[in-house]
Amino acid sequence: MLELALRLRRADFELELDWRAASRAVALFGPSGCGKTTTLLAIAGLRRPQSGRIVLDGRVLFDAAAGIDLPPVARRLGVVFQDSRLFPHLNVRDNLLFGRLARGGGAASFDAVVHLLSLGALLARRPRQLSGGEARRVALGRALLADPQALLLDEPLTGLHREARDELLRYLRALRAEVDLPLILVSHQPEEVAALAQQVLLLNDGRASAVLDLAAFRSRFAAPAAD
Amino acid sequence: MAVLSTAEWQVVALSLRIAAVGVLLALPVALALGYALSRARFPGKALLEALLTLPLVLPPVVTGYALLVLFGPHGALGAPLERLGLGVAFRWRGAALAAAVMALPLLVLSLRAAFDGVDRRLEAAAATLGAGPWRRFWRVTLPLSRRGVMAGLTLAFARAFGEFGATISFVGNIPGETRTLSIALWELLNQPGSDAAVGRLVMLSLALALLATLGVGLLRREDRSREDQRDA
Repeated sequence: MLELALRLRRADFELELDWRAASRAVALFGPSGCGKTTTLLAIAGLRRPQSGRIVLDGRVLFDAAAGIDLPPVARRLGVVFQDSRLFPHLNVRDNLLFGRLARGGGAASFDAVVHLLSLGALLARRPRQLSGGEARRVALGRALLADPQALLLDEPLTGLHREARDELLRYLRALRAEVDLPLILVSHQPEEVAALAQQVLLLNDGRASAVLDLAAFRSRFAAPAAD
Repeated sequence: MAVLSTAEWQVVALSLRIAAVGVLLALPVALALGYALSRARFPGKALLEALLTLPLVLPPVVTGYALLVLFGPHGALGAPLERLGLGVAFRWRGAALAAAVMALPLLVLSLRAAFDGVDRRLEAAAATLGAGPWRRFWRVTLPLSRRGVMAGLTLAFARAFGEFGATISFVGNIPGETRTLSIALWELLNQPGSDAAVGRLVMLSLALALLATLGVGLLRREDRSREDQRDA
């Protein structure tokens, strides 16, 4: 599904990866500062690697040698940022419709997404009136409605309290059952990785240290089994 | 304070119209330049910034003279405009042009600061949702900077309304055409026995200026109370 070969250098940090993931639900797992969010942003087109190649489901998003660098607008990836990044001047409904209007409709129906994520009661609210968990759900719905070809989740549970995390995790599981989209997850929490991913790339200081399947990941990080 | 005479009303209405048209002329240019200066890196950026501040630092009479050379009936730009029936020299349109040129630096600087204040991460999010540069600007950047934009427009309007030096050297002092409030005041000051009329126009200028600063202050305060809500 995902071919990820990249080299990205910043002032005091170097990221170097070469990975082909077969599974349709993958996670980049590692401590903060290991380069996992940078990798996610590079996939989304928001950071440009110095060299390398990023291919998703046969679509070349970036290929330094061939001079290909699709802009974020053209990558069609539903990114759920760690800080949600909802538009503060728009209510929840208009936030949800933002990508849909920009792309002129899509496969997922507005009502279905609102129902799936229980957003009905929030539609008239402004982002600043949402709790952390609600904001993540809206960001997730907004990404889905932009008709993406894959979902990119950056630490979806971080910063939420216990109940909100359990709740959001239930929504994410329901989503995976309902919507057949490739999923790329970035996380430092074994719990969400175990719940959502099939294959895990362990990242450490900008390098891949191991590739684990779900069973191996669970036994190594003692994450509770899903369900 | 006595009621204004017909001639004085004419002066006020003309000044308001000239300032409004001047700001409207400057606005699209200032939006483009302010956005480019805030977001883009390009060769000649420093030069562009220097050129833009020229009308702020040059004596206004020099700017007016430059406008006369360029836009006069025989000027490089003025001659073709005359042929199209859109001549500006010694007409109110020229006064609006002078107001636009004098207000432009202020407007560009305000808009640039307003755009600088917009969270770039929201624009990046909009891009991942399929919004191209045009849509990002109109749907994200501009709405999120609207208070700064409104404050900039108010300041630019005040600057355009009070413009004197460039206007009088470019389009002169023609009643009903280019005699704005500032120019009318200057003329009255040279005529003995016009203290009452001077007083009326000065009071009027004060009232308008006060309204403008109050408006800007209100916008700033609303902005701050929103910040507070966000932090809460």
